[in-house]
Amino acid sequence: MNDVIQTFHESGAGALFPPLLHVPSWLPFVLAYLVGGGIIVAFMAIMALVWTYGERRIAGFIQVRLGPNRVGPLGILQPLADAIKLLAKEDIMPSAANWSLFTAAPILVFLGAMLPFAVLPFSERIVLTNMQLGLYFVLAFQAIEVIGILMAGWGPGSKWSLYGGMRLAAQMLSYEIPMGLCVLVVIFLAGSLNLGEIVAWQSQGPWILGWAIFRSPAAFVAFFMFYIAGLAGTKRAPFDLPEAESELVAGYHTEYSGLRFAFFFMSEYAAMYVVCALAAILFLGGWHGPIPRPALPENAAFFNAWLDAIHAQAGGGLSVAASLEVFAATLAGTAFSRLGLTIAAYEIVGVINMFLKAFGLYFVMIWVRWTLPRIRIDQVMYLCLKVLLPIGLVCATWAAIQVVVFP
Amino acid sequence: MTHETTREYADSLRTEELLINMGPQHPSTHGVLRLIVQTDGEMVRRTWPQIGFLHRCFEKIAESLDYAKVIPYTDRMDYLGSMNNPLPFCLAVEKLGGFAVPDRASYLRVIMAELNRIASHLLAFGTYALDLGAFTPFLYGFREREMILSIFEKISGGRLLYHYPRIGGVARDMTPEIAADIRAFLVQMRKVWPEYNTLLSKNQIFVKRTANVGVIPREQAIAYGLTGPCLRGSGVAFDLRKAHPYCGYEHFSFDVPVGEGAMGTTGDCWDRYWVRMVEMMESCKIVEQALDGLPEGPFFEKVGRSFDLPEGEAYVPCENPRGELGFYVVADGSSKALRVKSRAPSFCNLCITDAVCRDVLLADVVAIIGSIDIVLGEVDR
Amino acid sequence: MDIQSIHALLRERFDRLVGELRTPERGDAFIVVAAEGLADVCRFLRDHDATRFDFLRLISTVDRGAQLSSVYHLYSYQHSHSLVLRVDVDRETPRVPSVSSVWASAEWHEREAFDMMGIVYENHPELTRILLPDDWEGYPLRKDYQAPTEYHGLTNA
Repeated sequence: MNDVIQTFHESGAGALFPPLLHVPSWLPFVLAYLVGGGIIVAFMAIMALVWTYGERRIAGFIQVRLGPNRVGPLGILQPLADAIKLLAKEDIMPSAANWSLFTAAPILVFLGAMLPFAVLPFSERIVLTNMQLGLYFVLAFQAIEVIGILMAGWGPGSKWSLYGGMRLAAQMLSYEIPMGLCVLVVIFLAGSLNLGEIVAWQSQGPWILGWAIFRSPAAFVAFFMFYIAGLAGTKRAPFDLPEAESELVAGYHTEYSGLRFAFFFMSEYAAMYVVCALAAILFLGGWHGPIPRPALPENAAFFNAWLDAIHAQAGGGLSVAASLEVFAATLAGTAFSRLGLTIAAYEIVGVINMFLKAFGLYFVMIWVRWTLPRIRIDQVMYLCLKVLLPIGLVCATWAAIQVVVFP
Repeated sequence: MTHETTREYADSLRTEELLINMGPQHPSTHGVLRLIVQTDGEMVRRTWPQIGFLHRCFEKIAESLDYAKVIPYTDRMDYLGSMNNPLPFCLAVEKLGGFAVPDRASYLRVIMAELNRIASHLLAFGTYALDLGAFTPFLYGFREREMILSIFEKISGGRLLYHYPRIGGVARDMTPEIAADIRAFLVQMRKVWPEYNTLLSKNQIFVKRTANVGVIPREQAIAYGLTGPCLRGSGVAFDLRKAHPYCGYEHFSFDVPVGEGAMGTTGDCWDRYWVRMVEMMESCKIVEQALDGLPEGPFFEKVGRSFDLPEGEAYVPCENPRGELGFYVVADGSSKALRVKSRAPSFCNLCITDAVCRDVLLADVVAIIGSIDIVLGEVDR
Repeated sequence: MDIQSIHALLRERFDRLVGELRTPERGDAFIVVAAEGLADVCRFLRDHDATRFDFLRLISTVDRGAQLSSVYHLYSYQHSHSLVLRVDVDRETPRVPSVSSVWASAEWHEREAFDMMGIVYENHPELTRILLPDDWEGYPLRKDYQAPTEYHGLTNA
């Protein structure tokens, strides 16, 4: 490690880092949690705000009308106005409510939507923690949302909330099975649960032909299934019967107002992004995308060696500090070295690719919502258990066989 | 909430059957309708519709007004079909009074009534889609409905309530500008109608929500007194405009769509919806024929503001967008009616709710009520 | 079948329960039926092949001073003919047999008639008010109806 650090100093990139390299070992760790977590929450909140505006604008265009266009130029400040409105509302709790469940529900739902962002990469090196079990982490913590929904159904003590909560929990839980099967297809083909490695596996073909959907018909089918299961899991139309409930009443979040409602609202948009980003990473090649990335210069090899050394020092697995150091170095490097600039460009193009795909899928989600009617709950369950589940099993089996026969 | 009261509350929650209240304020009940629904889990066992929230004492008021003054009240019964509502009343009064209506007035009545039918069906189409979660067709339908409302505004001064058919004729004559607007609308309507079908009618999700749901067999439809698209959706090919033509409908050639179970069973929600869709196109045909053959002449027969009708009673039914609207007028020799009874189609169609909503899912109740297409102004009068 | 023939058929079958046929100069003709025989007459009209009145259009009520009338408009989809029946009852005790066992649509029409005019339909499955609240007093469409000035604390002053 010492000779790596020495080379690092000699290259000039270490000019900024003497202080960092002499601090106690736990400090970057703590900083990583604070700064990284803060960046992730900020990104999630801003993105939720931006996409509420986007959804309403897009909905307006689909419906032959203007969307929000009063608050700010082109209505850009509309989400800000909505946020202020929600924050200024009175916090009402029904008298029959169970306080602990009522309060805990939005928190759990928010956690379930926010935690996957910890492992969700935006580019090869721009990720909070590059877990070896990243994919498993995402799926596991998405399930926390279900507990939150159940609490939201029972907590307010209202019949309508109970109905909505039960239906929604059934729907979300059921659709995690086909989602898991689709993910299994990619795991078989890529051979790893690490999201970075999955994308790296998809960079093997010429241009975009390395993407998972072009590598196996099972992955092609699994992509569409994953997307549909994701629509159902995030309770988006056409699967929004428990939530929108304009047919009955507003379902599980009837009794929530103000900031509590804002939590539900934001977590829905965040969860949508997680599904879209996951679909992009697993099936559409992540940041390895239509826009080709600039070639890394020769001393990138040194940079990768430094990266590996840090990984080795941290013992593999959770490498929070390492990721943050790399992230910071990349950022700092932009100002000071051609290597840093190239790597930054490399990463930024990766981010652009990633956003192109994730936001493209996000747009399709919105498009679908404003076009299709709602599916009835029994038809939703039928679709899951009698259509998607068998197809998912077939796809997973196909992928397993393909990996054995064509390694 | 304390632990004791929580426990009491939990014990009191009988989970076998819930009595749920839908309305009277509710996005999907098409007005102030209250449905008490007895559910066993997701299945609906019985429903009790409660009406009367919009009762405005129309029949009592009509007894204290001269005949001509009753017409604006008839407008407000089915406020989406205001060109159609006064027709049966005018026809009943004209029958009792022996008044002859000029041909031009009849043709104008027909043109406006059919345009209103299209507007009403467009709204039924849009709100039905809205009930089922498709938010967009509502706005598409309103785009065309806006054209019709502008035409109505030009000819009568009002966008929703017109006071246009009068006893003895109509209120105002048609101008070439309005005729041109109507023709432009017909072109546009014929262009977008296939789009509606692609967007909603043939959409698999919509079909799955409406086909085989709320099936009303033919005999049940007749026994419960259903009329209009609800009756025709169940396979009964009866239309008052064909069976007992009024206002000159015998001069026009048009088809009467009947439900055939194209997507499921005859008499399901999809059939009733489809009958309305096809009726829109048939109405376009009638408007075109009426416009082409509009005779010259006066557009009203002067009957005076106040006139006495000899003793007698008459019931005249007309084909409203929602069914058979009829007025039973009892005259006693004075200038005011002894009794005016309105047979409102929505009231009569709504009575089938309990019989149909048995052992269906909660979401189907909304689909069924939407397919019956009620307007509470007419139900309650 | 024209109304004279229907009247003859009914008279033949039900004798004194079927009253006279009135044909005014303007307006609709109608047959007067006695209250006791109403349900049987209606069932006969519905089921008999020559008449087949399967559609009950509406049930109206008229306040004619000493008597209240319950008027039935019938139609046959098969024969395309229509018929009007009238039942006159005493104002003090207006009781008419219900025809809801003959036509299911009569249920709501009779409830409204009861609500508005106060005619009691015997053997009706659930004769409750339909348009007005359940605790309303009085029958609005009667000519001697006085509208209340106060209801649950709401006044119309």
